[in-house]
Amino acid sequence: MFDPAAALTALERLRFANLDVLRFALLGAVLGLDVVSFPQAMISRPLVAATLAGAVVGEPGRGLLVGAVLELVALETLPVGASRYPEWGSAAVVGGALYALHPEGAAGALVLAVTCALATAWVGGESMIVLRRLNGQLARAQAPALQAGSRRSVSRLQLTGLGFDLLRGFALTVVALQLSLPLLASTVGHWGAEARLSRAVVVSVAATVAGSAVWKLFHLVPRARLLFAAGIAAGLLRLALQ
Amino acid sequence: MSGVTLPLGAAPGTRSGAVVPFLTRAQMLARLFAIQGSWNYELLLGTGVGFCVEPALALLPGGRDGPAYHEALARESTYFNAHPYLAALAVGALARAELDGEPAARIERFRTALCGPLGSVGDRLVWAAWLPFCSAVGLLLFGAGASPLVTVGGFLLLYNAGHVALRVWGLRTGLAQGLRVAQALAHPLFRQGPERLSQAAALVGGAALPLALERAIGPGRTVLGASLVVVVVAAVVLARLHGRLDGWRLALTLLAIFTLYGLLR
Repeated sequence: MFDPAAALTALERLRFANLDVLRFALLGAVLGLDVVSFPQAMISRPLVAATLAGAVVGEPGRGLLVGAVLELVALETLPVGASRYPEWGSAAVVGGALYALHPEGAAGALVLAVTCALATAWVGGESMIVLRRLNGQLARAQAPALQAGSRRSVSRLQLTGLGFDLLRGFALTVVALQLSLPLLASTVGHWGAEARLSRAVVVSVAATVAGSAVWKLFHLVPRARLLFAAGIAAGLLRLALQ
Repeated sequence: MSGVTLPLGAAPGTRSGAVVPFLTRAQMLARLFAIQGSWNYELLLGTGVGFCVEPALALLPGGRDGPAYHEALARESTYFNAHPYLAALAVGALARAELDGEPAARIERFRTALCGPLGSVGDRLVWAAWLPFCSAVGLLLFGAGASPLVTVGGFLLLYNAGHVALRVWGLRTGLAQGLRVAQALAHPLFRQGPERLSQAAALVGGAALPLALERAIGPGRTVLGASLVVVVVAAVVLARLHGRLDGWRLALTLLAIFTLYGLLR
């Protein structure tokens, strides 16, 4: 149930959240870097990144919930080479932070946090394209030195690229949080849809994307359809036995 | 099925040419984690490959001041494309070829020939199979009620066991086999691994969906049942669109509309 007193506390917490923005931004920078540049250990996956963001404010469980919802959506996008895809690392930090800063009863918090995270992932993906173009310009400028086998140029290009990517993630997280924290603070109290319905909608939308993604990935693999159906049956059986 | 086996236990540098010292190999391995640091649309991984091979090139006659070093570094910093994890195989092989004094034209042809296979094999094995499998395991842990630490730790440990092993194996095999490294791609792991992992991911992903849905929505069979029916029907419709619509864009649009509904109601 929505508790007005808890919502007031949430607003108080959000006022102080600006102090946390720096911590979230540093996390967003590091996790944004992991997406492509370094070390691609998948600490940028939503399941991990949102949980870490929640842990920053002592709410890893709430971060994990947002992370799981975003992970369902992220199953669809594969970070293949030059293709365009959303940037989940910084975005999941934003989503995890937004949801973790709200109390349990705030009905629209999950919907708003996931929506803001998806929008951030979209902008983040575009920012990666800008970074890649910038890296290309820097490489062109260094072309004579590269053709001469300059160690300094090679190292400089790598380090500059890494540095810009770190800055990209930092700036993206700061901007996304500065825009979405006041937005959530002012709207979550006006949420009119029922809490359980709101949760069901956001999770169902994410699960739809995941189900479609799993199907697209594996439907041509021998026996995968049968195994997928068997997996769903096993999951439903487990729920029935609970 | 190929009968090719990999010299996993072979010490790098024992097949030919100079032995690459442990410290140099460690530097190359550490740099491999940043191989995409300057990824761009012109050279792709090119500069990254030069960056990773560089410690080995310092072993060429004349060291870092010699002409052999500069010629080799220039050659290795040109356009290159591969899966970032499997690029380790190329980095090791190219370092070995340079240290063995292979002709420049032969190295350049080899470099060009490696791009396609290392990209497609890596994408199929890692991005399209290993990552979705690990992600499904993470979601299954979440759905089964595991704590944040167990869910996140389980996912990261599992994923990176494969990730780091692939990079270490790639560098080691590349350094050991040099220009003969293409044989390594015939390993059963690359031929059958994607299919087996995809099957496992389909099973685990199927089990994870209803469990994750239940934990995220909360207890109550009516809402869960209705959500499951909606998810199955909508997922089939979305899959039938065959990639004409990005799922994440659809999710963003639907949630934005629902946000308006939630605020205006």
